Amino acid sequence: MIWLWGAILFWLAAWGLNVVLARSPLHDRRIVQVIVPLLFGASLVGLWEGLVRAFEVSPVILPAPSIVAARFMAETGTLWEDFVQTVLKGALSGYLIGATAAFGTAILIDRSSFLTRGLLPIGNFVAALPIVGIAPILVSWFGFDWHSKAAVVVVMVFFPILVNTVQGLREASAMQKDLMQTYAASYWQTLWKLRLPAAMPFVFNGLKIATTLALIGAIVAEYFGSPTRGMGFRISTGVGSLSIDLVWAEIAVAALTGSVVYGLVALAEARVTFWHPSQRHK
Amino acid sequence: MKQIAPVLTVLAAIVGLWVLAVAPMNIWQALDMAERAGVAVTPDDARTRSETSAFTLMMKNPGQITRGYALDRPRLPTPVQVGQELWKTTGDMALKGRAFSKRSLIFHGWITLQSTLFGFALGTTIGILGAIGIVYSRTMEMSVMPWAIISQTVPIVALAPMIIVLSGQLGIEDRTVPKAIISAYLCFFPVLVGMVKGLRAPGREQLDLLKTYSASGFATFLKLRLPSSVPYLFTSLKIGIAAALVGTIVGELPTGAISGLGARILIGDQFGTPLAIWSALFAAAILAGVLVTLIGWLQRVTLKRMGVEA
Repeated sequence: MIWLWGAILFWLAAWGLNVVLARSPLHDRRIVQVIVPLLFGASLVGLWEGLVRAFEVSPVILPAPSIVAARFMAETGTLWEDFVQTVLKGALSGYLIGATAAFGTAILIDRSSFLTRGLLPIGNFVAALPIVGIAPILVSWFGFDWHSKAAVVVVMVFFPILVNTVQGLREASAMQKDLMQTYAASYWQTLWKLRLPAAMPFVFNGLKIATTLALIGAIVAEYFGSPTRGMGFRISTGVGSLSIDLVWAEIAVAALTGSVVYGLVALAEARVTFWHPSQRHK
Repeated sequence: MKQIAPVLTVLAAIVGLWVLAVAPMNIWQALDMAERAGVAVTPDDARTRSETSAFTLMMKNPGQITRGYALDRPRLPTPVQVGQELWKTTGDMALKGRAFSKRSLIFHGWITLQSTLFGFALGTTIGILGAIGIVYSRTMEMSVMPWAIISQTVPIVALAPMIIVLSGQLGIEDRTVPKAIISAYLCFFPVLVGMVKGLRAPGREQLDLLKTYSASGFATFLKLRLPSSVPYLFTSLKIGIAAALVGTIVGELPTGAISGLGARILIGDQFGTPLAIWSALFAAAILAGVLVTLIGWLQRVTLKRMGVEA
């Protein structure tokens, strides 16, 4: 019982503190803006821990966060091996290939306004489709190792990045293009100095969407066949063999990877598009 | 309307590339077939052939290329084969009055559609309620909004098997529920972001005007904030319904589901019938197109009645 009340009290206390912090004159300080969500997250984890202990939930159903953390520490070797297989080999290489291909295609397509008008609606539609479904096909084409995972990732990230880049390349206004013309700038100079920088907010939007998709693609593809390592492999076998705490540890790695990579892309975005209104106030 | 010609051109180019790709993709199988049929092929040993590149094989056996377009279990089926399979499992079965037999894609599409709509409703509700909370409470905004963003960077597929195990342990046998939770997870975020933007769309002057009418907070919400958020809501709903469908299929893929379009893909993989996978994929694409079009239509009708320029 003490766990239940303790957890609820902790959650309420954290929420109360957040209310105080949010209403205090300090609320727009950077440090407060970091502390408040962290406190909220910690209170949720506390609630999870307390509820699991209070109701003595079997660890086969839902392990407490402390058990997951202990397993995480004990299995860092396995987790790292899976991370290398799924994230570094599968997702990252696929992401780089897909992004480069999409970027190149966008610049090629952009030279014809006819093709651009045809491609945008199709690309937008394809980007909304459940493309993960091609995972089994690509696994049967490229084999069980990371190559097939990278291939799934390439297809998944291609369309969002392509559509966003094509849209971004149309961003420079007629006035700006005219100015470049009066400078007698060549096509490539205009592209490099005006249109690519103007497209960057869109490109980064696509890159951000693609980070999550890349991880999803790499993990799903492993459900359809993989060597005996990898996050998707570990999750599917972990569910089968009831080592649920290891599965949660893998989920934690996936969540952490997703957030960190997203954060890195957002950081690069802030560096590259510092001139954009959405970045200025920081 | 002037979009139609370019769209058709790009579509034709894609289909053309696809048809061209069929020959090199299927050449090995085509030559194996030809060999079994007693036709002389070079090289005549399957082992050597598997190590030879597709284009060399096509150059050496130009007569056998067409066999690649009529295989039963092709590596890459032709568009026509996929279309035929799609018709065989939908329209044809419906004409024979077996639209809801377990072999028809209409039945599996219906299963998927149910979870999608269920998850869509759940996700939209969570998204709208969350947005109202965020707009009215700064504490909510500061503590929940960052987590809402982080939640979308977590690869949901990692969680999907856990959600299914958990709901199974809690005694929920119906597969619809866990799949709907996964699609709600993917679909709530665009709705939340769109609604926060929409509820904040009214300007200072409009809010001040309502204050001079001495409107209550609830009346302001009902008569100003809510109506002005509707255009934003519909834009997010279009993204949300597509995300919900992706969520349902992701929920069906890794979890050993037996019905639904994702399950067809899974079963097609296990039984080595690529045509089943391809037709299920296209059925999912058609379903997505229909759902998005429906919401677009709803958007036009609603906004027109509200007097908003769409």
